[in-house]
Formats: sequence, C-alpha cells, structure tokens
Amino acid sequence: METTIRQTWAFMFRGYHLTRRYISWVIVFNFYALVTSATVALIGVAAQDYQLTLTLVVGALMWNFMSSLYNEIAMSIAYERWEGTLEYTFMAPVSRLIHLTGISLFSLFNSIVQTLVVLIGLLLFTDLNLRGANLSGVLVVLGVSTIAFVGLGLMAAALPVMSPERGAEATHIFQGSMLLVSGVYYPVEVLPKWLQPLSALSPATYTLSACRKLVGLGNSGSVPGNLMGAPLSAVMRELIILALMGAVLMPLGLWVFGRIETWAKRTGKLKRTG
Amino acid sequence: MEFPAIQVCNLKKSFRKREGFFKKSRLWALEDVSFEVHKGETYGLLGPNGSGKSSLIRILSTLLTADGGEVRLMGHSLPKEQEVVRRIIGRVSVDAAFYKKLSARENLLYTALLYGQKPGEAERRAMEILEQLGMEKTKFSTPLEEMSRGMQQKISIARALVIDPPLLLLDEPTTGLDPKSRRDVQSFLEALRQRTGTTILLTTHDMAEAERLCARIGFLAHGKLVAEGTAEALKQQAAAATLDDAFIKLTGEGLSKDEEPQKEMGVLEGV
Repeated sequence: METTIRQTWAFMFRGYHLTRRYISWVIVFNFYALVTSATVALIGVAAQDYQLTLTLVVGALMWNFMSSLYNEIAMSIAYERWEGTLEYTFMAPVSRLIHLTGISLFSLFNSIVQTLVVLIGLLLFTDLNLRGANLSGVLVVLGVSTIAFVGLGLMAAALPVMSPERGAEATHIFQGSMLLVSGVYYPVEVLPKWLQPLSALSPATYTLSACRKLVGLGNSGSVPGNLMGAPLSAVMRELIILALMGAVLMPLGLWVFGRIETWAKRTGKLKRTG
Repeated sequence: MEFPAIQVCNLKKSFRKREGFFKKSRLWALEDVSFEVHKGETYGLLGPNGSGKSSLIRILSTLLTADGGEVRLMGHSLPKEQEVVRRIIGRVSVDAAFYKKLSARENLLYTALLYGQKPGEAERRAMEILEQLGMEKTKFSTPLEEMSRGMQQKISIARALVIDPPLLLLDEPTTGLDPKSRRDVQSFLEALRQRTGTTILLTTHDMAEAERLCARIGFLAHGKLVAEGTAEALKQQAAAATLDDAFIKLTGEGLSKDEEPQKEMGVLEGV
C-alpha cells in the first residue's frame, strides 16, 4: 500500500515541479482560457439577455473544466514522449492503473484551479450573481462526470503513443467534435437532425444539461440575483447516465491504452522521437 | 540452482517497413541471437549502428516484444515475468532522456518514487553516486537543460543505480562524452562491478572501452551474433593484432562504417 501511494505521488510530484518550472506558461494558458471564456460570455452581455449570458457562462466554465481535464491527461503522455521519458515510465514497476490514476489526479487538480481562475475572471466581465443556484449539486455532477472524462482522456492519451508526430494533434479532433455536439454554447436541438444522435454519446451533453438545471436556467422563476436552482433529484437521469458512462469509459480507456501500449512494444513505436 | 544473470536463446525481432501503399517488407533486427551473461560479469556487445544492439537492450528492458526466442533475466522469463524483471534492471540509454526543466534532484526523486522507494533514502543514495561520478553537489538543484551532455549522462547512470538493481543494461553510455567524462563513467562502472557484483550488459562502438570493461565481448552484425569470447580469444580467432581488426575480419565490416547498415535496414525505429 505504501509503495502504491508513493508511486501515485510520483506523478503528482512530477506534475507539481513541472508546473512550477513552467509557471509563466501556466499563467499564459490560464489567461487564454479566461479571455476565450469572457469573449463568449460577452455575447450574452451584448444581447442584454441574462438567461443567454448565464447559459454561455455555464457553458464556458463547464467546458473549460472538462476540456482541461481531458487535455491534461491526453497531453501528459505526449509530453513524456517528447521528453523521451515515456520509456522510463513504462520500464518502471508501476501498473498502468497507478500511472494513469496519478496523471488524472494531478490533471483534476489543475483543471479545478483553472476553472476557478476563469470563474473569478468572469465576475469582472459580467454581473454574475449565482445566488439561489444549487452549487453543491453542480459539484456533485462535476464529480460524477469527471470519471467519464478521465476515461475519454485515457483513450486520447493512447494517440500520442501510436503516433508521436500526429497523435497529440489528433486529441484535439476528439475535443473539437465533443464541443460541436455537446451543446456547450447552444441547445443540441439546433444541430442538424443527423448529428443530434451523436450528442447523446457525449458525457458533456449530460453534464451541461444537469448543471444548467442546477443553476436555475430554464426555470421561469429565475431572475438575476435570485436564481431558482433545481434540486439534485431533478437531474437524477443525467447523473445515472454519467455514472454509467464513467463505469464504461474508465475501464475502456485503460483497456485501449493497454492495447496500444502492447502494439507499440511490438512495433518499436515507443522509441524517443522528440 | 545457479542460473545466468542474462540468458538469451534464439532471440528474433523483425520490423515491418512500408514500401509504397500496399507493400510491406520485413527486416530482421535480431536473428537467432543466443548468449549468456554470468552473475557479476560485464559483457560487451559490439556492433555498428543498425546491428540490433539497441533492439536487444530494449527487449531486455521490457520495452520491445520479441518475435521469438527466449529471454531470462536472473531466472525470470520475459515477457511473462516482466513485472519482476522491471524491479531488477536499471537502464542507461545513449540519449539521456529526462524532464529537462527539472533538476537532477527532482528527476532522481521522481524515479525513486516510481519504484516505491523512500525519498530520503533515495536522495542520499543518489548524492553518493553523483559524488562518485565526480559531480559537484551544487549542481544537484540545477535544471538539466543547463547541464552539459556529460553531466546529464552521469545523472542518467545515477537514475539507473538509485534503485540499486543487480542488473545494469547500458546502451552506449559513453557515446558523445568528452574524454574526461568518459573516463569518469568507465572508472565508476569498473568500481561498481568490483564493489557490488552488479551484472552489466554494455553495448558500445568503442573497442578500447570494451577491452577495458568487459570480461567477454560479443560481435553483433546485421542482427546476428557472429562471434563471442574474451578480447584475447577474439583476436586469436581472427588472427588479428587489435580488437578493431578482429571485428572487421569476423564480421566483414568496420564499426566506423556506421551508415552502411542503416541504409540496408532502412529508416526504422527501435533497431
């Protein structure tokens, strides 16, 4: 047990020191996340429509959290490939479960910090007042959806193992497709009919739908400064779907990663190329 | 029962090379390679680029899966017992791959944690190794990107030893080092073997290094082990005055003609 804790801590230790050494870049990326979120939120402000503003703010915050988590996990493997250290990680007596759990825990911490930075920043751009929103319910939804996003991140993390040159870029194709079909900034009903079934496959769809209900969007009684957030029981359907998706995507992510690792070891693709 | 530290029997590894859209050809990196390394012995593998040295080391390091043959390290079979094998091997590759932004201390502590070691003990051990390799203590907290290649390679050796492995796999550890760093590393490896009885498998281009460090040497060319024995025995076998000449006579090629095998093998990863 002690060994397992130390091994998990190894990835947190590495993540912490890399963040510390790249702190100026971390600030730049947080600033970028804030600017892009504020740009979207200001569309609602310009329309002088509080419901629209809140829809966009919730979309921007949730998407920021989910994409950051997904990205951090996927890119940590790409970064190891680039540095040439992936071989040493794979040579160590660490199970892939511990390896990927360690990466995911640090990514989760990073994503929470980045989302908080964006939230605080958005308060400067909009007269956001979340009084009456069911924020504890939002945290529960985020907690449950995290598992599904970690699973997706693990699958995406396998791409840089497959192709060092194109793998990292391919992770963005996944991410962009999810952004398109999940109703981050618009209802999924506006998507072409043939594309709408895909939105049902994205965990982000259910996360956003639940979070919007929990902050009081769609409730006619919600007014600025006094939102009528739904109770957690009102989003039970979304929570169950997210839990089921997590239960499938997490082991599937580990399985896919394991298969790609085996393939890479057979074909000699683990070799450093950076 | 006493068993060899390394036992390689009829090891085969090939890579597929794409030729056009549909056509693929198979190129052999290792063909029926067999050898044994005794416990506490330093065994050298000599061969030009593309001869299969790195593929062999990577198979022993659990990073590459062989197509056929048998590999046993300290009696443990690969790939079946790879979890056990990973605990008993340390590897140094020709390129010192690290998190270059992190310091030597941070990189070594990360490795120690990965192997489940106590950070305090690992740090003390790493410091001792680096001092023995002639590195100043003040450099311990310097990011690796600010260090010379020689220093990085010394830290690479420290990383392999911080886990105290009974078996060390060294893939051209002194290639590209300046003469002083090269001597430091060679002296350290000699002393290490004498002091701890660590078994070392060393691949190199450097004949003098092989003669100095290795009890026995194997000549690898085009994925085949064409000869093996002590340096003296190899010279006698080839009726040559130097190990360099012996290599040329026994393999039909020189170590300096690095590009020839590369051309024959094509551009392949992991060869």
